[in-house]
Amino acid sequence: MSTSAPPLQKNALEFKSTSLTVPVLLLSSNDLPQIGEQLQEKISQAPEFFKNSPLLIDLQKLTNQNLDIDIQEMIALVRRLAFMPIGIRGGTEKQNHAALAINLPVHSMHGSNTAISPKPEPKTLAVNDAEAKKPADSALENKLITHPVRSGQRVYAKGDLIVTATVSAGAEIMAEGNIHVYGTLRGRALAGVLGDVESRIFCSDLQAELISIAGIYQLRDDLIPGAAHKPVQISLDNQTLIIKEI
Amino acid sequence: MGKTTTSAAIAMGLAKRGHKTAVIDFDVGLRNLDLIMGCERRVVYDLVNVINNEATLNQALIKDKRCDQLYILPASQTRDKDALTTEGVGKILEELSKDFKYIVCDSPAGIERGATLAMYFADDAFVVTNPEVSSVRDSDRMLGILASKSRRAEKGEEPIKEYLLLTRYSPDRVKLGEMLSVDDVQEILSLHLLGVIPESKSVLSASNSGTPVILDEQSDAGQAYQDIVARYLGEEKPHRFIEEEKKGLLAKLFGSK
Repeated sequence: MSTSAPPLQKNALEFKSTSLTVPVLLLSSNDLPQIGEQLQEKISQAPEFFKNSPLLIDLQKLTNQNLDIDIQEMIALVRRLAFMPIGIRGGTEKQNHAALAINLPVHSMHGSNTAISPKPEPKTLAVNDAEAKKPADSALENKLITHPVRSGQRVYAKGDLIVTATVSAGAEIMAEGNIHVYGTLRGRALAGVLGDVESRIFCSDLQAELISIAGIYQLRDDLIPGAAHKPVQISLDNQTLIIKEI
Repeated sequence: MGKTTTSAAIAMGLAKRGHKTAVIDFDVGLRNLDLIMGCERRVVYDLVNVINNEATLNQALIKDKRCDQLYILPASQTRDKDALTTEGVGKILEELSKDFKYIVCDSPAGIERGATLAMYFADDAFVVTNPEVSSVRDSDRMLGILASKSRRAEKGEEPIKEYLLLTRYSPDRVKLGEMLSVDDVQEILSLHLLGVIPESKSVLSASNSGTPVILDEQSDAGQAYQDIVARYLGEEKPHRFIEEEKKGLLAKLFGSK
């Protein structure tokens, strides 16, 4: 019995983008033996869960404290503990080079969830510098568009995107945060493009070609019939887009 | 779609009101403004000749026989749009603007070189669209380009003023649901409406005879273009040709128009 060749396919492959949830190891010390010890302890609580788990190593805290760490040794350590490191982020340039040298990808800090940034202290009267700066920074990354977004145009915001006019069919608006459209939304709207599942889309008239939050999308044809032509908010709940009238 | 018809009509309308006007055909390779203006037999030099310094602007400009305030700069039929350069077009427009009050640039279809150059130096833009979905979407795309790729946009000056013109409009067919209505188009494009040109046989016969339709004062399309020119110059004119024509009882009985 001979096996016939598989039927020829026109496209052998295609590129797609996805966002997935990966455990992040947030280091706040550069003491490798101590890290190893504490990791071992965590693993012993759920050995099966951590076995061969992908792992992203976050060096932000170390960088902030000007603490250096030997990337090669640190990666060797987590490998010994049966993790599969898939990259680092928040490191210094030198650390990024060291990671690339051992074929380890370097990820950007964008899309990190709030747990990574220092938790806001309970509100006290004495506001420290870091806290005072924060609103200004996020305001910089938000984008306000007051003219119609026309077919063929693309708008990208690193924070929230606010459009006070219509978004035409064939236009594409993307934001790493939330999207607000105070007009008719006819084009494509993609919120949380770097994987922020908490982001939402708000619009005052939903006629979008496509809506997406953190990579989970719905086409116009899949929208619940009642949802179109109404002011709605769209959120993500457990991998499903929820469209609610507002 | 009616871009060349509109360019010819608006240019003639402005000239008839005593403003010195030039109209330039940017549709290199598919020239037909000269046909609609009825001067095709008088073309010696063209836009590309002037850009390449093979002729002076005065040699290439054709004076209209019906109105001495109107001049036509035809496109080249034997070249393609790559013959146009930004510097060349800029130089011509600068030279023309010394002499002429209005310069009408007839843009070709599409978003390629001819069209982008026709609008690059513009102050005002007439966006001509038909009441159908594909045409409206193309116009929307063009409006996006107007807002982002013009000289005014690049220099951060006040944006180009955009005017919406709806051509080939037929209220009867809107009623039957075969066409988008004025309101639909305005809602999609969120743009101020300058005027509506009704679907009319007079447009076709005017093109064929080489007379801008605006000169046909009896026709609905001619009157519509006159309204548009008046509104553009700041006059208040009520919109016409949007509602279905009311037929009298006799006309209904005999089915004539």
